[in-house]
Amino acid sequence: MRAILALVMLLLLSVPALAVRPDEMLADPGLEARARTISEGLRCLVCQNQSIDDSDADLAHDLRVLVRERLTAGDSDDQVRAFLVARYGEYVLLNPVMAPHTLLLWVAAPVVLVIGGIAVVMGARRKRAAGQAALTEDEAKAIEELER
Amino acid sequence: MQSLLAAAFTGFTLFTSNPFLRLSPAPFEGQDLNPVLQDIGLAIHPPLLYTGYVGFSVCFSFAVAALISGRIDAAWARWVRPWTLVSWCFLTLGIAMGSYWAYYELGWGGWWFWDPVENASFMPWLAGTALLHSALVMEKRNALKIWTIFLAIITFSLSLLGTFMVRSGILTSVHTFASDPTRGMVILALLAAFIGGAFSLFAFRASALRAGGLFAPISREGALILNNLFLASAAVAVLVGTLYPLLLDALAGETISVGAPFFNLTFGVIMAPLLIILPFGPFLSWKRGDLVAVTQRLAGAAGLALFAAILCFALTGASVSLAPLGLLLGFWVAFGALAELVDRAKFFRTDVLTSFRRLFGLPRTAWSTALAHFGLGVTVIGIVAASAWGSEVVTTMTPGQDAVIGDHQVTFEGIDHVAGPNFVSDTGRFSIRAPGGEVREAVAERRVYNASGQPTTEAAIETYGFSQLYLQLGEPQADGKSVVRLWFKPYVTLIWLGCIVMAGAGFLSLSYRRLRIGAPKPAAARAVAE
Repeated sequence: MRAILALVMLLLLSVPALAVRPDEMLADPGLEARARTISEGLRCLVCQNQSIDDSDADLAHDLRVLVRERLTAGDSDDQVRAFLVARYGEYVLLNPVMAPHTLLLWVAAPVVLVIGGIAVVMGARRKRAAGQAALTEDEAKAIEELER
Repeated sequence: MQSLLAAAFTGFTLFTSNPFLRLSPAPFEGQDLNPVLQDIGLAIHPPLLYTGYVGFSVCFSFAVAALISGRIDAAWARWVRPWTLVSWCFLTLGIAMGSYWAYYELGWGGWWFWDPVENASFMPWLAGTALLHSALVMEKRNALKIWTIFLAIITFSLSLLGTFMVRSGILTSVHTFASDPTRGMVILALLAAFIGGAFSLFAFRASALRAGGLFAPISREGALILNNLFLASAAVAVLVGTLYPLLLDALAGETISVGAPFFNLTFGVIMAPLLIILPFGPFLSWKRGDLVAVTQRLAGAAGLALFAAILCFALTGASVSLAPLGLLLGFWVAFGALAELVDRAKFFRTDVLTSFRRLFGLPRTAWSTALAHFGLGVTVIGIVAASAWGSEVVTTMTPGQDAVIGDHQVTFEGIDHVAGPNFVSDTGRFSIRAPGGEVREAVAERRVYNASGQPTTEAAIETYGFSQLYLQLGEPQADGKSVVRLWFKPYVTLIWLGCIVMAGAGFLSLSYRRLRIGAPKPAAARAVAE
């Protein structure tokens, strides 16, 4: 872990370049826009939680060039992503795929929302049913006295 | 309880990272503080956040005390609320400040990255916001007791979890400045002891707490429950997104990344309905509310929001299809909040003077509710405007050359080499001509720090109204040109101004007298006894 961290630091030290450079850009604005969108969803593998579109690292530069090469070669957006996943694994995707092993990740919050909603409705019903029935003896007496 | 916590954390500092320990042999020259931390922000951002985190520990202690004593009522909620409020205010300011700091210091123009450590501060904020609202129900209506206790424990647990994630090195983020696995283990142990203890207590004693106040589904209580439901789900979304990669790696050995696209989607989907129902909440009355009447009273605000959103759309066009809807939500929340003030002051229903007198006679809580919600709306507008209508230009420039971004014309004047106190800098001079003809000089730097050799960029940020032009000097090219990155971010400052308004509203509510005087005896019990 530490070695990796040190490596990352070293990489950052040695590479004072910046995100997307003008010389990387494609002449075709449509293709370039697609390249940017794809880049924003790809993780720079040696960085701390940055997309290759934002990152200064050399690897990010290489990946940006690679993405543009694939696009120029006529790949669709999904084909470019699939190509990178085949090379670097799912770790490269900032937006995780929907698959059995990520199912929990995707459904956790909606499930909590739905279960919470059901619990609230059930709780409210039960409470109302109980509330209408239950008058304590003191309260009953107080009402009696008021009515008298 | 509070002193137990204090003792544990002082012990932690002393034994695992003794600040008085001497480094031996003394190094000839220090390693230098990480350059991005050499900024006034370092003196402001952490203390604000920690005041927030530590404040929630008081709520936690109150919750545990209530569980131990088994006594919990409206008075408890009234004691807890100021603590929650003050912690929440500081946390809000801390997060906003951190966001702005990252925006101007890290130099790629982003203000929120869904970085694990940002999430670590954002989860307690979400839970704390929920706690603020549920404690309100408990104070006024004596309902939601168990849930409020639960939230108080959760909020502080999330703060502790954040501490663990940041300092253990288990996650890497832009915040990993001082991490050490042994310290991580100690924090984990502390976490387990306090949170585990509190939850077992909760499991034993929660059933002993009697449920209180009744209310119809459509009522202020109902709206606040919905608020809590959505905020809690949002916190779960952030929590799962932050921790899931770790768990999957540990359990299945598979590595995945969960980044901004995931959070934007799940968080956005949960927050949108919350923003839609938000303006209704303060209009509904306690116990049972009349949705039709409230809708009628909000019609003006809705119309105004729709008009404003359509106007923006007509004037600028949309680059992102959802942007007008986002803008509509922001305006709806902001106008809806103001509508409450207008309604309570009886504007348009009585003469203007009486209305103004009523407006300034309104209790501070009414003002702070409206202002806090208004601030949220402003932040939403800022987020949508800056993300959907921003423009970007990346180009190479030679001195004397012009670039155009939006309506602004930027001229590259030249580069100076400057020696700073502990760094050398390439200072690029630019002049920016605004549409009105006003010309401003701006300076963007690339620095290399002497001690560490680490490069940083200092962006030039020029503010026009609520919008900003963000200029970053990139790497010099072989042919004497320089890479220059320009962003125009319309209404971006509203993001942080909205947060400041929210925190200000919190402090306003804190200054209200009701919170300083003791809670009255439960009136209902007395009435029955007589």
